[in-house]
Amino acid sequence: MPDRELLEADGGQGPVIEPGHTFATVTDKISSVVLTRRTPVFWFAVLSVSFLLVMLLLFGVTVLFARGVGVWGINIPVAWGFAIINFVWWIGIGHAGTLISAILLLLNQKWRNSINRFAEAMTLFAVACAGLFPILHLGRPWLFYWLMPYPNTMNIQPQFRSPLVWDVFAVSTYATVSLLFWFVGLLPDLATLRDRSRNSVARLFYGVLAMGWRGSARHWRVHDQASLLLAGLATPLVLSVHTVVSFDFTVAILPGWHSTIFPPYFVAGAIYSGFAMVLVLAIPLRAVYGLQGMITMRHLDNSAKVMLATGLLVAYSYLTEIFMAWYSGSPFEQFVIWNRMTGPYAPGFWALILCNLVIPQLLWIRKVRLNTVALFFIAVVVLVGMWLERYVIIVTSLHRDFLPTSWGMYYPTAIDWMIYLGTIGLFLFLFFMFIRLLPMISIFEVRTLLPEARVREEA
Amino acid sequence: MPAAIFGIMAEFESPTALVAAARRAREKGYRKLDAYSPFPIEELNEALALHDNRLARLVLGGGVLGMLTGYGLQYWVAAINYPLNIGGRPLNSWPSFIPVTFELTVLFASLAAFFGLLGLNGLPQPYHPVFNVPGFAMASRNRFFLCIQAADPLFDRKETAVFLESLEAKEVSEVAN
Repeated sequence: MPDRELLEADGGQGPVIEPGHTFATVTDKISSVVLTRRTPVFWFAVLSVSFLLVMLLLFGVTVLFARGVGVWGINIPVAWGFAIINFVWWIGIGHAGTLISAILLLLNQKWRNSINRFAEAMTLFAVACAGLFPILHLGRPWLFYWLMPYPNTMNIQPQFRSPLVWDVFAVSTYATVSLLFWFVGLLPDLATLRDRSRNSVARLFYGVLAMGWRGSARHWRVHDQASLLLAGLATPLVLSVHTVVSFDFTVAILPGWHSTIFPPYFVAGAIYSGFAMVLVLAIPLRAVYGLQGMITMRHLDNSAKVMLATGLLVAYSYLTEIFMAWYSGSPFEQFVIWNRMTGPYAPGFWALILCNLVIPQLLWIRKVRLNTVALFFIAVVVLVGMWLERYVIIVTSLHRDFLPTSWGMYYPTAIDWMIYLGTIGLFLFLFFMFIRLLPMISIFEVRTLLPEARVREEA
Repeated sequence: MPAAIFGIMAEFESPTALVAAARRAREKGYRKLDAYSPFPIEELNEALALHDNRLARLVLGGGVLGMLTGYGLQYWVAAINYPLNIGGRPLNSWPSFIPVTFELTVLFASLAAFFGLLGLNGLPQPYHPVFNVPGFAMASRNRFFLCIQAADPLFDRKETAVFLESLEAKEVSEVAN
């Protein structure tokens, strides 16, 4: 395996970029994916499948708009079904992109430079999918703008003491800041594409987007400052987003939701699923586009380690939840946990434990972390597990509350599944359009990784 | 007097050569000069004496404005425009106004960073003379350029070109306006 040789090159840690690359080769290699290389069959295959799923989404949404949320499985007592599960799942996946682009930038982790671009794109598209769900869940989605405070003839205003309103601000700020951060990083690379494309339409397209960037030292100085400042702003922002999402649950007095561990627990889970998505996307892409020299085993290994660490935090949170239910002495809290483990949704709970706690322990083994196929499947398992976690939190807590007379069951409908699968299609569709039209690896940041980028001081 | 030009541009093959050339040009007394490179080179800030920190102040201003907007908006809505008396609880319930205040602080500061970046760099800029130099497209790939502008008081079409040649430039060319 060529990957193995790369890994041994640098004391076992592995290089972040294959030796032998120069400014010219990294530029040509990354930009050729967009400008000159034949689009691989793999790309057409994924795009077609995801396009069909997008059609499924449109169909589901049309039925929903025409007939109302009754086409979903939600009812009383389980009024938050797939819409909120998927919302939390998608927004969590987005978190890894910001973590890689902002937090690892501030921590000066150079290895991030070749995976930050597509991880940020992943964030944007995941947040776009997430943002759909609360709006679809409104019942009258065309009135979504009532969530914003604006002077109106009804003379009513949103309730700023409600986490649901905080969510509107948190998610829309997150989407905006992620977009700005992503675009700021793209600017120099758009200039590269403008200068390298030979097709006049492409040159106009990239030229307009690059806005006249010419790589002057003054440009770079401001650009560096802007990137660092945006990273500094995005870091607390990303932690705040999932915290606010978890507040949606914790302010309710419902057993199983009313818990102070939720904010850190949700943030850890978000990063866990986000890194899983990074691996799910990176492993096939590097193979198809031959980018193993830039997205090296070092990146996969590090991502796997982050996944393992955040997975353990998530495991700790599960244990704390169970312990606190017992320690609280509240029969309702104890019942929720017992009902999760042995009630009608017990298979979901145990599947979640298997996916999130048991299988990822394989990542302790170095050989597993260096096996791309195994890593890919573990990442998929984690994504499934994190989805199940939200399912269990939402459905098992709601379906049996304080009074047995108000108990009920929740079964998702075909439309629920259509819209969920449809957003996976939308995500993949947007992502594959991105890798076709924009450089999926940050070219200028990879240049700085090269040994020739260092300025040697002459004595 | 020959036709006005924008300046004279020298092309280099490595960041080390560019930084050395930029230092020499500063030492020689040139002030209106700029360097172009395919990635940020920290040493150039010092070589070209770039000390512009206006962006940080803009972002701070944006953040403060966002904070005031966020809190002010919620105070106005919850205490003035649409007060709800729930069990006599205070209308100005500041702890629950923190999340939105925080989000708007970050939002406004980030917008200030983005528009500050564009504004301070003079983008979008549809035309700039340096693109007239053949081969300047390589500035976004693997070449490094130093341009001394005609607006510099020390600029002399012949002498400046000779000076740039002496810096071991790969190529020296005039930049048409």
